Amino acid sequence: MERTLARLAAEIVERNRGAGNIALIGIRTRGAPLAHRLAKLISSLEGGKNIPVGILDITLYRDDYLISRKTPKVRATEIPFDIQDRAVVLVDDVLYTGRTVRAAIDAVLDYGRPDRIQLAVLVDRGGREMPVAGDFVGKKLVTSPGEEVRVHLEEVDGRDEVIIVELSSESA
Amino acid sequence: MSPHNKIDLEPPVLTHLLGLDGVPEPVITEILDTAENFLAVLERPIPKVPSLRGVTVANLFFENSTRTRISFELAEKRLSADTINFSTSGSSVAKGETLLDTVKNIEAMKVDVVVMRHWAAGSSKFLADRIDAKVVNAGDGTHEHPTQGLLDMLTIRRKLGALKGLKVLILGDIAHSRVARSNIFGLLNCGAEVKVCGPATLIPREAESLGVEVIPDLDEGLKWCNVVNVLRLQLERMSQGLIPSLRDYQRRYGLTRLRLEKAAKDIVVMHPGPMNRGVEIDSNVADGPWSVILSQVKHGVAVRMAALFLISGREKDEG
Repeated sequence: MERTLARLAAEIVERNRGAGNIALIGIRTRGAPLAHRLAKLISSLEGGKNIPVGILDITLYRDDYLISRKTPKVRATEIPFDIQDRAVVLVDDVLYTGRTVRAAIDAVLDYGRPDRIQLAVLVDRGGREMPVAGDFVGKKLVTSPGEEVRVHLEEVDGRDEVIIVELSSESA
Repeated sequence: MSPHNKIDLEPPVLTHLLGLDGVPEPVITEILDTAENFLAVLERPIPKVPSLRGVTVANLFFENSTRTRISFELAEKRLSADTINFSTSGSSVAKGETLLDTVKNIEAMKVDVVVMRHWAAGSSKFLADRIDAKVVNAGDGTHEHPTQGLLDMLTIRRKLGALKGLKVLILGDIAHSRVARSNIFGLLNCGAEVKVCGPATLIPREAESLGVEVIPDLDEGLKWCNVVNVLRLQLERMSQGLIPSLRDYQRRYGLTRLRLEKAAKDIVVMHPGPMNRGVEIDSNVADGPWSVILSQVKHGVAVRMAALFLISGREKDEG
């Protein structure tokens, strides 16, 4: 995972011609620690430059809030910088249907008008339901709807790993 | 819903918001935590979220209230809900239609949430038992005003950090106050201590059974408390013979700078509005360093957003 993230960091810097304007926004839950890691890597590539990092909670922007059977917890969004005219890189662990990213784009636009929005994900598992594509993709996996891709991170789960779980084997 | 989105889902906290009596601490905390996030939304360049797109809210006010109605309306608009407003003046209520008929008619136009202010205690529960829409009590007689209680609690929590162990004095006409009742229930459920102060004629007989002690002397009360919540004195209490005169009330129970300075400690001063300046609270207190009165107003919108958001989260008949 370290190597993949290092590659993603390098790609982000290259695509944006340096880190001058970059801000990372991690999508809760696991996008947040990933964004912090990428920021650290980008910073070391760019001579210690401070890369702003925000955390986005998309609960209020979900398209299934009124039809979902359970109430999701609203958590804090922390974007402690002005996103106006910045290159905002959204960071998430898994790109699947694209609905989360759609919601995240809407949420970010309510904070201002960034110069551009890009998407960095650790895993792209296919199965899109929205016209969304990752700009920086760690690994592509071919999966079926009956499977779930779980990313575990040191900061949240105590270890770094990506596992594919057969949903039918659990009571989902 | 994609399996990927399954994280962070919790059981729903609310179906209606009728009062704070019997609402356990975790539910209140959930509402207040959610309101904190809405406060952040209200500070953004675009202070609006799409969460309740497609939800229709009816604001039914059978009793006048400008500020509560505006606060609810703003909360609904900030959540992208559609709103309709109804107040008794010029309505069919004047023509003898019953409350239930009026509300059923409005509900038939496909309304998802009813926010109701009504002069009869218990009216919001009566409604919640009989209609499919979800009900938020915006004040029912002398019974409860839960969103006011919640916004007061959010204000205290933001100012002093936590509710548990805090000492809150409620001052004034406790007997006729739904604000007092909602505060008492909510604060006690969250582990705060509550005492009440006011003329014996305006203290309800059940005060002790609600779990609050009566402090007859305001200076004693101020010595004891961290927070004083000053209630509005309805001026008709005088014509009802419950207080001898405004002058007398002001002298014994009016919150003045002198009294606060005499207490010589940090006391947070709240008032649900509208204020009778110079009667229950002096201007230099209301506008002074103790006062969080305008924060209360701001927090009201966020708390109402949280309540509307949380009760809209799922179908009423599920789980």
